[in-house]
Amino acid sequence: MSSQSAAALRKQFAAPPPTEQILSWGRYPKSAHHHVHKPAWNDQVPDILKAAVPGFLLPYGLGRSYGDSCLNAGRDLVDCRRLNRILGFDESTGMLRSESGVSLSDIIDVFLPKGWFLPVTPGTRFVTVGGASANDVHGKNHHCAGTFGAHVRQIGLHRSNDGLVICNSEENSDMLHATIGGLGLTGVIAWADIQLKRVAGPWIDAESIPFQSLNTFLDLNRESNDRFEYTVAWLDCFAGKNARGIFFRGNHAADHGKEFHPRRGPKLPFALPSWMLNRYSVKAFNMAYYSIHAAKKGAVVVPYDSFFTPLDSIRQWNLLYGKQGFLQYQCVIPETNLEAFAELLDRIARSGMGSFLGVLKQFGSAPPAGMLSFPRPGLTIALDFAMRGERTLRLMQSLDEIVRQSGGALYPAKDARMSPALFEASFPRWRGFVPYIDPKISSSFWRRVTGAQ
Amino acid sequence: MTIAAHPTTTRPAATPATAMKKIVILGATSGIALEVQRQLARQGRELLLVARSPQRLAELQADLLVRGAHNVSTYSADLASIQQHAAVFEFARRTFRDFDTVLLAYGSMHDQEDSETSIDVLLQELQVNFVSATAILTLFAADLERRGTGCLAAITSVAGDRARRSNYVYGSTKGALSLFLQGLRSRLHPAGVRVITIKPGPVQTPMTDHLPNSARFADPEQVARDIVRALERRSPDVLYTPRIWRYIMTAVRQIPETIFKRLSI
Repeated sequence: MSSQSAAALRKQFAAPPPTEQILSWGRYPKSAHHHVHKPAWNDQVPDILKAAVPGFLLPYGLGRSYGDSCLNAGRDLVDCRRLNRILGFDESTGMLRSESGVSLSDIIDVFLPKGWFLPVTPGTRFVTVGGASANDVHGKNHHCAGTFGAHVRQIGLHRSNDGLVICNSEENSDMLHATIGGLGLTGVIAWADIQLKRVAGPWIDAESIPFQSLNTFLDLNRESNDRFEYTVAWLDCFAGKNARGIFFRGNHAADHGKEFHPRRGPKLPFALPSWMLNRYSVKAFNMAYYSIHAAKKGAVVVPYDSFFTPLDSIRQWNLLYGKQGFLQYQCVIPETNLEAFAELLDRIARSGMGSFLGVLKQFGSAPPAGMLSFPRPGLTIALDFAMRGERTLRLMQSLDEIVRQSGGALYPAKDARMSPALFEASFPRWRGFVPYIDPKISSSFWRRVTGAQ
Repeated sequence: MTIAAHPTTTRPAATPATAMKKIVILGATSGIALEVQRQLARQGRELLLVARSPQRLAELQADLLVRGAHNVSTYSADLASIQQHAAVFEFARRTFRDFDTVLLAYGSMHDQEDSETSIDVLLQELQVNFVSATAILTLFAADLERRGTGCLAAITSVAGDRARRSNYVYGSTKGALSLFLQGLRSRLHPAGVRVITIKPGPVQTPMTDHLPNSARFADPEQVARDIVRALERRSPDVLYTPRIWRYIMTAVRQIPETIFKRLSI
């Protein structure tokens, strides 16, 4: 035996199995991973896929999914963040080809000065193109533009058996449909073609209007849907059935100059002690937030980042919820079932466990871009619950019951705990998606809700 | 004429020493080079990228052009092979005329244990990090010296400041390169050509992923910022990045050898 192979053998047996703690945005659940692959080039991905044990890999981006859909406990992740190159851009059409690890933030920084903007901007810009596609994320313009996936025209997908598969509306259209909203399970996205849209500049003509009932909120939507590209509302989740909140609507400002210097906000340095967030401090925050915005209601011109991604200005805001982390609850409930929605709000208010970030939006009727896309017509609400053990989980289970009975759905990207039954109710056609899963790929979420190995 | 005791001009360090416009990057696909190139692209510079893989070079070229580079040329060559150096240099001289800055960014870090047990690995590490690096730097140095302008920079490592048990092979190749640059600097100084030795601490790149605690290593973006600033300005000759490594290595160099040899670092 040569000395070289002896050394290689020694290394192989001496090395302890690496355990890497990777947390999702909610910092719950906490799961150790076996290994994190970090390809720096797309040409390295096929070998990673080939060498893997079936079900052992999951592509990973910026880890902004809240629960376990971006985790693969005890197994491997393929961290795609180094696949962050822009492979091409057509100045005349706005068609962008971007590797999967490019962040939406990066796209805004490069293209906004050239007069182009994301077709759909989610609540944070710190997600990757791969993640935005695989979760088919939505934004404040869902009622007129649909989801992010609706603007993904073509995807290059690494598959363990078939190499790089090109998916568009003509070629492998079913695989495109499966990959958009496919939770990363269909393969590792090499690149995606995204249709950007023209804007005059970085400014938004924004308006905020206080409302004090669900019906007023719906009236505001009706009145705004045709006139405003972006609509969303913040909801005081301590108000209960009376649904007090602030309705925000906006359009890209036609002419307000291009001069704009984004600010770099503060950063939360460590997890806050959990006692700092309690029902009194949060209630006080919500009352203050409402009063401040209600007082300065009206129209203003604001920079795009404070309109689209206000929370991004505090880096690592998730540490606000302390060491135990938090759970986000985002469901959609059909509008025909407004009583169910009111009951949901009431239960949250009575629990006293709600938090700052009640976000309310009326989805439009665009057909889903992916097989497992979450957005569908109805009202969607997203809010955070600090993880306080059993009682937090119990509250969420009782909300699940309302969602299921109303014919609604829960959003996988935000979830760490929904039952297989609720997943089935939310995505009744999930079995049709199974054949598109790459045999080398799986996730904690998928195993949890489908019982897959 | 009176001479002011305190000159009123502000910090000479901030004035550009050379108009850095056209930069040759040797080892353009290395982790640190990727970040440096992005920042140079944002400043609208012209780049010539040299690396092995034509495919990766094409991807980089597309990316850097969209990000604002004025012009990006590429040349595919294996820089570890000295036979290919003449062609690289000719290409730069002919098609990237009047380049003013050369950054050598490639290197290799084998597992220390492998380079102790295999002479092939040991020699390969020397070949890549020292032998081939000095050869290509000598080619470019002659050209800049003749033109009497420009800047040569090479990425070595803090590991070259003192050789340790756990990676002395890599460390000694980088230390040797630092010494070489020291001499080259002295030789090119009269011609007005700058030579910058860049000594990064551990950085999060593919080269260091396998090392323990690699998640705590420096952010390549920050390291690249320091490098770009050093390329633009008159000082320093030797750049430690992140800066704290200048002080750490000053301390480490003071430890007497009788003690240092007993440390299992």
